[in-house]
Amino acid sequence: MVVSCEEVWAEISNYLDGEIEPSLRVAMEEHLRGCKHCSAVLDGTRNVINLYGDERMLEVPLGFSRRLQRRLGDNTQGTRRTFLGWMVAAAAAVLVVGGFEVGKSAGSNPNMRSEHAETAAGIPPEMTVIVSQSGKVFHVAGCTFIHDKTRLRALPASEAMREGYVPCVRCLGQYLS
Amino acid sequence: MLGEASLLENPDQLNEATLIGRIRDGENELFYELVRPYERRVYAAAFAILRNEADADDVAQEAVLKALKHIRQFRGEAKFSTWLLQITVNEARMRRRKDHSDLMEPIVDRQEEDGSYTPRDFADWREIPSESLERTEVRQMLAEALAQLGQIYREVFVLRDMQHLSIEDTANALGISTASVKTRLLRARLMLRDLLAPGLGGAWSGKASFAKGSKPW
Repeated sequence: MVVSCEEVWAEISNYLDGEIEPSLRVAMEEHLRGCKHCSAVLDGTRNVINLYGDERMLEVPLGFSRRLQRRLGDNTQGTRRTFLGWMVAAAAAVLVVGGFEVGKSAGSNPNMRSEHAETAAGIPPEMTVIVSQSGKVFHVAGCTFIHDKTRLRALPASEAMREGYVPCVRCLGQYLS
Repeated sequence: MLGEASLLENPDQLNEATLIGRIRDGENELFYELVRPYERRVYAAAFAILRNEADADDVAQEAVLKALKHIRQFRGEAKFSTWLLQITVNEARMRRRKDHSDLMEPIVDRQEEDGSYTPRDFADWREIPSESLERTEVRQMLAEALAQLGQIYREVFVLRDMQHLSIEDTANALGISTASVKTRLLRARLMLRDLLAPGLGGAWSGKASFAKGSKPW
């Protein structure tokens, strides 16, 4: 199968998302190897996705959380409760907070390579993943978002997490909360 | 309700389901715990539509309050986060219509969505390190480029590429088909690439807005 530049541009987004048929992927890769323009479009588009996908681009205004909590507080005050109700609520809060703490301590590494990591719940610990020496993220093999392809190594997911790598939101998105 | 099997697979979902159950039973004071992981997403979704910090702040809070008010209507068929974003998108769209901000949309919004898009700039981008985002001017440049997109592209791009929602969840949150999500996403990504090429991608190609030696990373 031979594809034109126009066909590559039309599918470049699906290509980066891994949403195309294997035969088309092969044809596109063949085209990209010999077409400087399309390679530039691919690299630029990948850069756009990576830069905007960074947590730092999701800034909220100063005091947003505080204002939200206050408005919620104003709206939840006046809920009448019996003494028993309060006891149940207090116990629930302890359980919930405890649950979060347990979740945090079980699911995260204090020395994570990225402070913007998402919780990785359910990644099979024995799953083989790929990391690069200079990166912060671990991937499944073949993920198009592996940047430094020169110093890669394969290791179990549990090992990668222990070393502070965080899961790629693209290829491991299904496991992220 | 969420299936037992999926709850066992995902402890965070269990926490969420438990919280929702308790809030439904009247413990409204737990609601902030439920929405806390998503508050940035809610704000970003509102901002993507309104492009105004004060309005987005207000609408995001209104959306959360509305979600609290209607928590009993949440049946668990969709993820809670998607449901919350749906409410936010609707609130923001309503605010936008009320303020007649639709009339201020960039011209690109009126472009034919299904028409093919030809990338305008073939500057050879090298990888831009994420560390460059530490610099306010880079974040500002990205935000300005995003603001130039039409709303239909901005909405999809923010949910999919900035909030990392799946294509299906993005479609559900916006009330459009997955095919539309893909088409708009392609257009949004390519337009952003073209908009940013002179400042970021073309920085070494001689037509940069950054002087030599003062690249933003």
